[in-house]
Amino acid sequence: MQGLELKLKERVQELLDNGTVDAVIAWTKGDFVYDTTPAIFTKESGLDGFVYNSFCGANLSKYLVSQIVSDKKFAVILKPCDTYSMNQLITEHRVNRENIYIIGVGCSGHLDIEKIKNQGVSGVTSVIDKDNNILINSIYKDAIIEKASVLLSKCQSCKGSELKIADEVIGEELQTPKCDSRFDGVKQLEAMTAAQRFAFWKAELSKCIRCNACRNICPACTCRTCVFDNARSNVTAKANATEFEEKMFHIIRAFHVAGRCTDCGECSRVCPQGIPLHLLNRKFIKDINEFYGDYQAGEVAEQRNPLVNFTEGDIEATVISDKEGK
Amino acid sequence: MKKLALSDLNSLYSAINEKMKLYAPIDINGAVNYGEWNKDSVVNLNKMTVKSAKDAFFPQCEDLSNFKKDGKHIIVEQGELVKEDFVIFGVRACDVRAFHILDTVFLEGFLDTFYEARRKHGIVISLSCTKPEESCFCTTFGIDPAAPKGDVESYICGEEIYFNAVTEKGNAFMTQFDSLFKNCDDKAVESSKKKTREVMNKLPLSGLSTEAFGGDKLDALFNRPEWQALSESCLGCGTCTYVCPTCQCYDVRDYKTNSGIKRFRCWDSCMRKDFTMMAHGTNRPSHMQRFRQRFMHKLVYHPANHNGEFSCVGCGRCVAKCPVSMNIVKVIKTLGGNK
Amino acid sequence: MQEVKEFKPTIVAFCCNWCSYAGADLAGSSRLSYPADVKIIRVPCSGRVNPMFILKAFERGADGVIICGCHPGDCHYSTGNYYTRRRLALLYSMLDYMGIERGRTRVEWVSAAEGVKFSTVMNKFVEDIRALGECVKLGDIRCKD
Repeated sequence: MQGLELKLKERVQELLDNGTVDAVIAWTKGDFVYDTTPAIFTKESGLDGFVYNSFCGANLSKYLVSQIVSDKKFAVILKPCDTYSMNQLITEHRVNRENIYIIGVGCSGHLDIEKIKNQGVSGVTSVIDKDNNILINSIYKDAIIEKASVLLSKCQSCKGSELKIADEVIGEELQTPKCDSRFDGVKQLEAMTAAQRFAFWKAELSKCIRCNACRNICPACTCRTCVFDNARSNVTAKANATEFEEKMFHIIRAFHVAGRCTDCGECSRVCPQGIPLHLLNRKFIKDINEFYGDYQAGEVAEQRNPLVNFTEGDIEATVISDKEGK
Repeated sequence: MKKLALSDLNSLYSAINEKMKLYAPIDINGAVNYGEWNKDSVVNLNKMTVKSAKDAFFPQCEDLSNFKKDGKHIIVEQGELVKEDFVIFGVRACDVRAFHILDTVFLEGFLDTFYEARRKHGIVISLSCTKPEESCFCTTFGIDPAAPKGDVESYICGEEIYFNAVTEKGNAFMTQFDSLFKNCDDKAVESSKKKTREVMNKLPLSGLSTEAFGGDKLDALFNRPEWQALSESCLGCGTCTYVCPTCQCYDVRDYKTNSGIKRFRCWDSCMRKDFTMMAHGTNRPSHMQRFRQRFMHKLVYHPANHNGEFSCVGCGRCVAKCPVSMNIVKVIKTLGGNK
Repeated sequence: MQEVKEFKPTIVAFCCNWCSYAGADLAGSSRLSYPADVKIIRVPCSGRVNPMFILKAFERGADGVIICGCHPGDCHYSTGNYYTRRRLALLYSMLDYMGIERGRTRVEWVSAAEGVKFSTVMNKFVEDIRALGECVKLGDIRCKD
């Protein structure tokens, strides 16, 4: 990983120096190894603190949305899964393609500090990503953990190593993590009875504190004013006063990104309460695939989203209400 | 000093619960939060809770009043104040200090009756830290995690948990449940306290200095250029404000039911676009200003209004939970110049 | 002595202006009956029905929500109901996935000439909702008192 960081840093410096770009969206170091923060570097600010390590899991494409009003040229570092979001943003005209220089990097999966801590390792001071293992130094007790067990959940259902859009690729293509079918979780829920599903979502969504982290990190959530922030929409809420509001927010949010969600997994990654929000989005993706044919948002730019499309022979809307069984 | 085997904690919980409501750190599908205890609850005293303990006194959402129409009249029903004692168990030193910060906001000057009633009836059983996380920096604010205060202090040493009443309320509580405890000396507790303090000194954030901040630093900090770059990383979600033990801003809202109006208050967040939005429509318009507000409030405005006390307790929740790891430590280091 | 109150469901029907609302009109002028529990909301097109409307209806105490529009291919605006069809299939599937009884939501295509169909559809839907009973999984408790 350190070799890659060095290569990236050199190249980024070059791009800034030769004027190809005015600014770079990348990561800056924190106080620990795992708290890297997305940051904008410019020629003036220099590359102090520039970092690229196993904890740079965040999807940087979202940071370009607010820059659409700027006429500066940005370089951005994207992993294979992030490039889907970039394509989707280009499709929806939420970014200005001419002003973006995409640096693609290979990826072998990023790490989840929560999962490391859940394995009983606390007081983490440094983490070294080595082959299939993670070496952890701690103020209490050092540990070696198998890498596959502490990958971010989104990496455990990796979409593959192919960069869907990039102006330049740095570093070699890496072996992506082996993963199960990404719809397994949805299928498990579908196999339950309605009462069990209701109980599952009630327990999960009751944890929601309405912090809006899922919405604000989401590269598909690009509304200037979200309906839930719009005082005139009659659905604004800053806290979940009742169970209904928990469901309302999450159903509507998932629905609004249906057909546009690339399944980048950021919503689940950032949820402070660990709610498996991707299970809502994946349900829509699975249904779209089953009802209207396979569709992957962000596979290429300028695709037509299945929810703004139709065929005369579409499946009837009663497909669910007429279904037999539990 | 009294003690109890850790394995007997469940019988203490049930005994308390028979007399009054008990709030404890409860694990629901991997997320630990303070919640109402019942016999099926899984209590987890080892993990930092996601939300702080402030819900016990200042819940995220609470009803203030109801309005109903009766012919030509409008009937106003006041929301009910808490009237019965309750216990909040396992509160860490940082959260206990946060209660005192909330007290200065809700009990000094204008009296918040809802908060006051809860505070009067709440018995705080604190828990000393034995394994501080690397993100902890409570010592920066003069907090001793090994002496958590509250009404009753408790300490886990080996397979036992020790209790020591600190206040009158705490004494009454200990007397009420005396039959469950065994008498003991404080030797084990003293050595564990020493260990915790040693660990605190080794933590990566232990040397964090707040020298550059304080009630008189408004002019020096307000227009610093660093705010722009710092705020560019921030997503503007409300995670830090909602997990924070001292954030106390709230909004009062009306909800139209089918038969009347319910007026409630809920936590607000200075990260939101409509925070403190009023008819004039000129609240903080830019993201940078909103971002700056949060940290200026904690490190400058609050000390200016409350005898120099910062409204951060170094619990490290925002450090652990921010989706992009932009937090108060980074702000302190960047603006305080000791990066 | 406690009186057992008969369950009176609240049912919201979103009807498109051009076909289904006219169908309801025809049902009325043909003196065909359907239960008074059905509250009709007229919309310009079934495509106007935002998923939020459906959730809002449940929030306020609806026990069932039915959306009626022109038959596919007959939309007054050519294609509005094709989009509705996709949206509602997905939304209803999501509600089912969250454990809400799937009988509480329905879509029917009713043309302006189908007064009889309108009445049959509503009778059947009300009967189904009566069998399901009050909706407790998807209402806001603040609206209950």
